[in-house]
Amino acid sequence: MNLLIRGAHVVDPKNKVDEVLDLRIERNHIAAIGKSLEPATGGEIFEAKGLYLLPGLIDLHVHFREPGFEQKETIETGALAALRGGFVGCVSMPNTNPPCDHQSVIDNIIRKAREVPLHLFPAGTISKGRQGAELSEMADLKRAGIWAVTDDGDWVTDSLLMRRAMEYASMLGLLVISHCEDRRLSANGVMNEGLMSTRLGLKGIPHESEEVAVMRDIQLARLTGARLHVAHLSTARTVKLIREAKAEGIRVTAEVTPHHLSLTDASTEGYNTNFKMNPPLRTPEDVDAVQKGLEDGTIDCVATDHAPHTEEEKMYEFDEAPFGVIGLETSLGVCLTELVHAKKMTLAKLVERMSMRPAEILKLPNGYGEIKKSAEANVTLVDLNQDWIVRAEDFLSKSKNSCFIGKKLKGRVAATLCMGKLWDFQKGSHQ
Amino acid sequence: MKQQKQVLDSEGIRRVLIRIAHEILERNKGTGDLVLIGVRTGGAHLAKRLASEIETIEKVQVLLGVVDITLYRDDLSELGPQAKVRETKIPFDITDKKVILVDDVLYTGRTIRAALDALIDFGRPQSIQLAVLADRGHRELPIKPDYVGKNIPTSQTETVEVRLVEDGKPKDELVILSQGEGTL
Amino acid sequence: MTATWTRKDLLGMRDLSREEIEILLQTTKSFQEISLRPVKKVPALRGKTVANLFFEPSTRTRISFELAEKRLSADTINMVGSTSSMVKGESLKDTARNIESLKVDIVVMRHSSSGAPHRLAPILKASVINAGDGINEHPTQALLDMFTILEKKGSLEGLKVSFVGDILHSRVARSNIWGLTKMGAKVTVCSPKTLLPPEIEKLGVTPTTDIHEAVRNADVLNLLRIQLERQTESFFPSIREYANFYQINQEILKEAKPDVLIMHPGPVNRGVEITSEVVDGPYSVILEQVTHGLAVRMAVLYLLSGGVKEEEE
Repeated sequence: MNLLIRGAHVVDPKNKVDEVLDLRIERNHIAAIGKSLEPATGGEIFEAKGLYLLPGLIDLHVHFREPGFEQKETIETGALAALRGGFVGCVSMPNTNPPCDHQSVIDNIIRKAREVPLHLFPAGTISKGRQGAELSEMADLKRAGIWAVTDDGDWVTDSLLMRRAMEYASMLGLLVISHCEDRRLSANGVMNEGLMSTRLGLKGIPHESEEVAVMRDIQLARLTGARLHVAHLSTARTVKLIREAKAEGIRVTAEVTPHHLSLTDASTEGYNTNFKMNPPLRTPEDVDAVQKGLEDGTIDCVATDHAPHTEEEKMYEFDEAPFGVIGLETSLGVCLTELVHAKKMTLAKLVERMSMRPAEILKLPNGYGEIKKSAEANVTLVDLNQDWIVRAEDFLSKSKNSCFIGKKLKGRVAATLCMGKLWDFQKGSHQ
Repeated sequence: MKQQKQVLDSEGIRRVLIRIAHEILERNKGTGDLVLIGVRTGGAHLAKRLASEIETIEKVQVLLGVVDITLYRDDLSELGPQAKVRETKIPFDITDKKVILVDDVLYTGRTIRAALDALIDFGRPQSIQLAVLADRGHRELPIKPDYVGKNIPTSQTETVEVRLVEDGKPKDELVILSQGEGTL
Repeated sequence: MTATWTRKDLLGMRDLSREEIEILLQTTKSFQEISLRPVKKVPALRGKTVANLFFEPSTRTRISFELAEKRLSADTINMVGSTSSMVKGESLKDTARNIESLKVDIVVMRHSSSGAPHRLAPILKASVINAGDGINEHPTQALLDMFTILEKKGSLEGLKVSFVGDILHSRVARSNIWGLTKMGAKVTVCSPKTLLPPEIEKLGVTPTTDIHEAVRNADVLNLLRIQLERQTESFFPSIREYANFYQINQEILKEAKPDVLIMHPGPVNRGVEITSEVVDGPYSVILEQVTHGLAVRMAVLYLLSGGVKEEEE
């Protein structure tokens, strides 16, 4: 398609751009970036005055549930939710049914993904059946199209297997994503262990259940030289561990979710299962530490851990309900509200954390995570000052299990341009 | 503005109770099998006073009990929070006793109905007689007092109050309260 | 005029104010006498229906509630299952809808999941009484414990009340902590370190792993049941070792006040957390607790059967 985006405030930290510019899109690609550009022949004009234009957001951690759990989400509904949230690319987790431990499953996902207007970067499993016993056929999976390996949801407890996985994955250039959690230490916990769990009479998951696992994986990354990516970190000490590992030159990166950046375990007060996630919401000190870690770059990026569950499942008792919340449609709004508007981080830095770094970590080809001439047009247009209230009925995701329902946010995606196709949410009724 | 009219003063109440004590003794031919049970809270105080008048006359202590009728009310829990339940104290068997049920003001009769139900749960008395300090009419149930201190014709908008020092009031008195522009 | 009870539900001691606890305890006092009457029944809840939903096995609490309901003339229905609703494939919401369509006035609920009654209460018109949720709360047990202490000691203010046993998994301890600290008692909790909840001291209690510290100068010793499964989960090496170091017996009782009260929510593991001679000894008020439990539950049922401000729904 041909399009002229006129008068948008472009923020592209990679190319150090921070000014009002026009963008001309021709045949789905960025043809020109500059001032007072002429519209392409036969193209539409998108008046973007007052809007910010960012390189399309990339989420390293989503669960699209297909195949196997289509009642929660599908690649199609997940893609629509992603676009609504300003995302142009997502890494889908392999804890599907069957799990993504075989190239045939990846083939299937990629075939489905071709039908949706979003870039999907599937991850494969580390071990067969996510059982933590034998390696998956990673080379085959890579040929089928995976970008990373992880047994997400389960930490690989067998240290030797993890060593081999890291060695093998590094040979293939695959990112190793680790859901760092010592399940034995988590026991049957359902929320953060501490004063709140004592007050509420719920079983706790200690900080150390994450930190113990992070420590081991960092050491294995040192040993193997693999690229380790620590998923959804949640504690202050994990931030410290990552910081120290990076200082030592270990190849480790990390992500944090919008909910761990903004909420504490006090939210668990009403036994609302939309605040049940793993890792659990932690203390105010942890929130402070992960915010600072994200600002100073210790934590490389924001990832949503978008984990859809049906209303029926979330209606169960707190102990029984599944862990996880959706996040794609609120991620940018939450980060703008809690970080940028709260003056804890500049917009440019947030763009690094939500677009540039994820693209780098995944080693995506040129054009992702930046605004680049002749690259495919994948950009996010944001109204930085739009006030809105998160409502369950507005979600495009198939599931509505958000921990931000009812929350007032400032800043919302106005339009997403993905694969050159424009999704203008200002026209829609999704206000 | 609430208008207030005194019907009996402290002396008046004392005289009325002495009279009722005599009537009870006369009708029951002494204190044999006689027990007094007051309805909380006003009736309880009056029952105690009646017992002491009877003791003065007969030199005999009659058994004294207190019944709280809250749990037997027919208007429980329709609106608003539950009424406060106080303790019922009937530390003796009432079976084959002549029970004098004592209350301060007799009005619709519903309190007495509840008290009768409560008493029956404590045994099978020989008889139950009703003594009240004031009968203001407007009965809604077929209940008739055996001993009345004072008959007070009232309208439904008025209220009759027995104030006793035992309840922390400055003096004993029986008053009628009426709403509005001092028509009394 | 003193405060009145306006809550629709009794979910825990945590939410209650001191005034509300006082109303409950005073009302209990008034209900105590009913069980001594020739006819042990009052019509206060006539025409009301109470559903006892016990998603976790319980004999004592259920019997106590059921008898309390019957003594108040309520109609009762019992749903007893050893499985949670999840296992049966029914969500709390569906359970709630079913109850609603039976026109039940009060739901008494025991559940193995903490917070289950808290989640049911807002979606039900009926009042909900928490009869024990997971490891969270057991408010009527705390009330009967407090009432028992009151009957013996006259006041809770300043008393040293020590809990000994599995504090971590004890809803009884938790409810008592909330209630007793609000009433001015000094609470000590004692167990092996593995069974002390994190940051418990922030609830205003003194944690200790030393049984002598818990017993010394105690006015009340409330013992909690030790379950065998805690041994297999390595909370302590063996029941034998636990008993050696934490058992309440005649010997250690010498360190307590001479008029110490021995309490236990039951069922008692004789020879584990407490010796038989102490259970049956002069300080034990364990059976009085059971009796008072009935009056407490009658009081709670009565107070909750009243009207509620509309907006509380």
